[in-house]
Amino acid sequence: MEVELKQLNADLQFLSQSLPDPSHHALLRKIQLRVEDLGKLAAAAPVHRSKVEDMSAEVVDSNPYSRLMALQRMGIVENYERIRDFSVAIVGIGGVGSVAAEMLTRCGIGRLLLYDYDKVELANMNRLFFRPDQVGLTKTDAAVQTLSDINPDVVLESYTLNITTVTGFETFMSSLKKKSFRPNKEGSGVDLVLSCVDNYEARMAVNQACNELSQTWMESGVSEDAVSGHIQLLIPGETACFACAPPLVVASGVDERTLKREGVCAASLPTTMGVVAGLLVQNTLKLLLGFGQVSPYLGYNSLKDFFPTMQMRPNPQCSNVACLKRQEEYMLAKPARDAAAKAKMEAEVLSIEEVPLHDDNEWNISVVNDVELDGPDTRSSDVLPEGLTHELPSADEFHKAISDAPVADNDDLEDLRRQLEAINSA
Amino acid sequence: MEGWDPNTKSTLTQIPLLATKAGPRDGAAWTQRLKEEYKALITYTQMNKSNDNDWFRISAANPEGTRWTGKCWYVYNLLKYEFDLQFDIPVTYPSTAPELELPQLDGKTQKMYRGGKICLTVHFKPLWAKNCPRFGIAHALCLGLAPWLAAEVPILVDSGMIKHKDDATTSTES
Ligand SMILES: [Zn+2]
Repeated sequence: MEVELKQLNADLQFLSQSLPDPSHHALLRKIQLRVEDLGKLAAAAPVHRSKVEDMSAEVVDSNPYSRLMALQRMGIVENYERIRDFSVAIVGIGGVGSVAAEMLTRCGIGRLLLYDYDKVELANMNRLFFRPDQVGLTKTDAAVQTLSDINPDVVLESYTLNITTVTGFETFMSSLKKKSFRPNKEGSGVDLVLSCVDNYEARMAVNQACNELSQTWMESGVSEDAVSGHIQLLIPGETACFACAPPLVVASGVDERTLKREGVCAASLPTTMGVVAGLLVQNTLKLLLGFGQVSPYLGYNSLKDFFPTMQMRPNPQCSNVACLKRQEEYMLAKPARDAAAKAKMEAEVLSIEEVPLHDDNEWNISVVNDVELDGPDTRSSDVLPEGLTHELPSADEFHKAISDAPVADNDDLEDLRRQLEAINSA
Repeated sequence: MEGWDPNTKSTLTQIPLLATKAGPRDGAAWTQRLKEEYKALITYTQMNKSNDNDWFRISAANPEGTRWTGKCWYVYNLLKYEFDLQFDIPVTYPSTAPELELPQLDGKTQKMYRGGKICLTVHFKPLWAKNCPRFGIAHALCLGLAPWLAAEVPILVDSGMIKHKDDATTSTES
């Protein structure tokens, strides 16, 4: 385009010089100016950056990673470049998931797997990320379009499916297991699953898959009234799973009776969703790159700017069979874990003795040993800290009496199906 | 059972409860659950017919019984409005209820999520969770779909969002 416009300008120049009649010169000058304008427009068209082989810490304006690598220079992160080894699966590419995907893309994550079955609509435009010209595209395709433009180094995989259906769930499970990106990785093919869905059914499906695969995941949510949200870290066997207790949500402080629900399903704000996506990806970076303290549960009440936190142990009576299996494995691995923690503590004590850090301790900071975090501080899920509440009640217990009784069952499935059909057509 | 009208309550108590906690990935246990689902649906449909309150047809759309299709209808101002009904049994069933869909009404009402999934009242999910695994498809229809139709069809008709099929035919013929 640029070359062709230059050529055109040169031709016009030649023409104006060779024209015998000067009365046409004004017109030719006008055409030349128009060509110059076109040249400027062409220069403003999207530029695609090429892939970057290695992350460099060099501070030049052409290096997309210089400010991220600075985290390493400053000593916040030990090895930032490791981010390129990690695979993160994001389930639900809506107001939270799409923003989380963009953040991880800009951070230079190795690989992103995106799951959603929805299409982009104009009704989504009060949220971040998607643009009006993407209306009608599937959210996964539209996301890949934008994300690959922002950072072509990220390997993107998109799955347009509903994970709560039997077939969708199977594809979801096998995509998590696939190890094409890092064949020698232990466990599944991904390092973390982020649940950014907006309903209980899909969260339970993510929980099921992660319990079966022993896959660490993080859950995120924004309330239907759009004014609160939360993130939660779930490590199968080690922390409570999503089915161990009824889901925990942030109490908005708004009286349920004054909340008007007539005529609407759910509200949404780009602010709350942006904050929750930010909290979620911050926790993700801390977990993957090993810095700071990873939050087990962090709530956000935007009306009071209140951030409740808590920790939940798994429920030994959890209704999820895979969860119980993971709990058993975690118990069996306790001696090995204790030995490793002890060794780590001893190593730390040695290094502290070598370098006396603060002689005067001017701020009166006491160093607390936090190796055994799952101590008495961990709350049972019945006692909730201020500002948190359960979204649903627990299942009643008395059904056990029914299900424990042997069911006299001589019925034939096909026969029952025919009976229903007969009534249906009667 | 706060939040439901007496009619729904009394109907609900007459639908047989289920006992097997099994989802579509649970093999033989799922077959047992399916039998219980059929028994509850047979009783509920029969009950509706004998009470002169027949309002839906539903049958499994695949041999595994994981997808269901049918019809439901609602009478308003002496006219019958009928809609396609469909849903999948989620992998985490019966911990989570099936999400009932009326695809023809997709985009016509606020009380619906994308794809025509009906938006249930705040009372539905807590009651379902409390009664897991005793509630099944029949209970979901009774507690979820019936009140939704009763609340939304009059609004949809009065606002002109949906037309009776006879009106629609007349207008296209004329
Ligand atoms: Zn559990």
